[in-house]
Amino acid sequence: MSDAPSAGALTKAPADPSKGSLRILQLYPREMNIYGDYGNVLVLKQRLAWRGYGAEILEHNAGDAFPDDVDLIVGGGGQDSGQVVIQDDLQAIAPTLRGLAEDGTPMLLICGLYQLFGNFFRTQDGTVIPGIGVLDLETRGGTERLIGNVVARSDEFGEIHGYENHSGQTFLGDGLRPLATVLKGAGNNAEEHHEGARYRNIVGSYLHGSLLPKNPAIADFLLRTAAERKFGAFEDDGVDDSLADLAREHAAARPR
Amino acid sequence: MNPLPVLVGKAVRIASRLRGGGSAFPGLVVERLDPGFMGRALSNLPYGVVVVSGTNGKTTTTKMVVELLEGQGLSVFTNRTGSNFTRGVAAALLGEVDWRGRLKADVAVLELDEAHAVHFVKLVPPRYSLLLNVLRDQLDRFGEIDATTRLLERIALATTGTVVLNREDPRVAGLASSIQAAGVVYFGLDASLRSTFPNDDELRGAAGTAPASALPADVVLRSVDGNSAEFEVEGTTTRTDLRLRGVYNIFNAAAALAAARAVLGGTADNGRLFSSLAAVEPAFGRGESLVVDGQALELVLVKNPSGFRLGLKSFDPAGCATMIAINDNYADGRDMSWLWDVDFDSLGLGGVDVVSGVRAYDMALRLKYDDVRVGAVEPDITDALQQFIRGSDGRPKRIFCTYTAMLAVRRELSKITKVEVVS
Repeated sequence: MSDAPSAGALTKAPADPSKGSLRILQLYPREMNIYGDYGNVLVLKQRLAWRGYGAEILEHNAGDAFPDDVDLIVGGGGQDSGQVVIQDDLQAIAPTLRGLAEDGTPMLLICGLYQLFGNFFRTQDGTVIPGIGVLDLETRGGTERLIGNVVARSDEFGEIHGYENHSGQTFLGDGLRPLATVLKGAGNNAEEHHEGARYRNIVGSYLHGSLLPKNPAIADFLLRTAAERKFGAFEDDGVDDSLADLAREHAAARPR
Repeated sequence: MNPLPVLVGKAVRIASRLRGGGSAFPGLVVERLDPGFMGRALSNLPYGVVVVSGTNGKTTTTKMVVELLEGQGLSVFTNRTGSNFTRGVAAALLGEVDWRGRLKADVAVLELDEAHAVHFVKLVPPRYSLLLNVLRDQLDRFGEIDATTRLLERIALATTGTVVLNREDPRVAGLASSIQAAGVVYFGLDASLRSTFPNDDELRGAAGTAPASALPADVVLRSVDGNSAEFEVEGTTTRTDLRLRGVYNIFNAAAALAAARAVLGGTADNGRLFSSLAAVEPAFGRGESLVVDGQALELVLVKNPSGFRLGLKSFDPAGCATMIAINDNYADGRDMSWLWDVDFDSLGLGGVDVVSGVRAYDMALRLKYDDVRVGAVEPDITDALQQFIRGSDGRPKRIFCTYTAMLAVRRELSKITKVEVVS
């Protein structure tokens, strides 16, 4: 019996050294990884490897020094208790994250960190949990938990498939556009039919599943943006996404 | 007392059996006619009621506790059909009670689904409860695993005698602080095994670095070597061979030993407990071995990332044909995100022969990202099984499957081979 594999074992992707390597940071992999958010990191790493690029997977946990030269950031969802654990650290690194966001660093923020990258989360009992204000959005605790399969349509990425499980309902400010229009499911809140948010090179979303495996268009947007920022170009030989297409088709046919 | 509801319930039970119908319906009938039936039937057992709950391993662990207690000479009532709802318990009782609704047994050992256990313990406070784990299962049902923990807490609070807790699962061990009416005992792992059983917080990052708990445990699993294991009880370490497969079952054996010892109190015969444990066969679909075309075929039930990881660790893929069947029906959980927290590297060498189930393409996509070769993707389980058996060239076979996929696989296999039917 071997030890449980850790995220540290992921840096072994074969790479063409002449093409270079991207530094991908997962935020709080311990507390904010309840819905397979690691899958998003794995997809980014492999899609780089299939194109001959390397990937260096970094982690930021509460109390760590924030690493330099980060090319792409992935943040996931956690339980309410996990959000409490990371709160102070997230506030401490907020100025760095704001700087990276404004500078155009691509980021994928799912569920809990999507909420906390906003202005605040007002829980049902009126407690206000401050966010870090990277995204102009606010979240209010709802009585109903929104759970189930989601299909949404985005002009930028086509149809988006995923799964949602959240009690917070998110409302976007004026400066922010939604990621997609919901065709099946709830999305940001139970009132509007919007899902997620788009700002600079940030994609925020409630959808896990994980999001990127079945939505390679979003994965490639994040990678292309990061590669162009770092290397000036993204050499994309294309990836065979026929399995992802079939997984999307079958997911779309499933009940809510 | 009016014996009529019991007689009607028994009649419905016989009628629905003749029709080959569901096992819980007669329970529903008797619950409606006589809501006090279950409480009365279970209230006067000399050793009381034992409730087994948690997200994973309930069925096999319940079977172990039953056989351990039977091995000490007790007559045990249990809900063997695996219907772990209150009405399933009521239905099972109908088959055992006399016409006045009285149960002749020393103790009842009942597997209860977390959510249904909360209703059950209001009707019948258990004397003992065994709480196994809170893993990332069924988040689509309960929202958060912390919500599942609160369900187990209600069971613990209703328990009158002793609550048996897993000291290695921080959410389960943490329940001890709220328990007041009952005593608490723990089962646990040796520090060297700690990283083999990651709890839900240890799937990513810092895997297995948590120190073994300092809490004193009644039974400790000291080592596992294939199907043989060492358990420490009362300062004595005993090595025993097991018919159960899978390291998770072997850890649950420590849980079952601790629960049986709690029920037996000072009268436990430890030697006999171990000989009973050695004889326990896997439960329906949980690491069962069948024979198809003269070759062994193993069914391994997988429901969440920890369970799938342990399943992959427990069974060496070398020389074996592998199939994976993933459904997303209500009983499996509709959310597929958990597949991304399982590491499939160990299947890289031999690959996976056939991937099946409603979410076959999600599974195949997952394997692609771990560079695991997939022979065929066939969502239809009947067709997939035929391909798998035809294509496995006499190799032993193993199928990892979610719950409803396991039921479908068994249904199809029973047309090909003799499959043991439980109850």
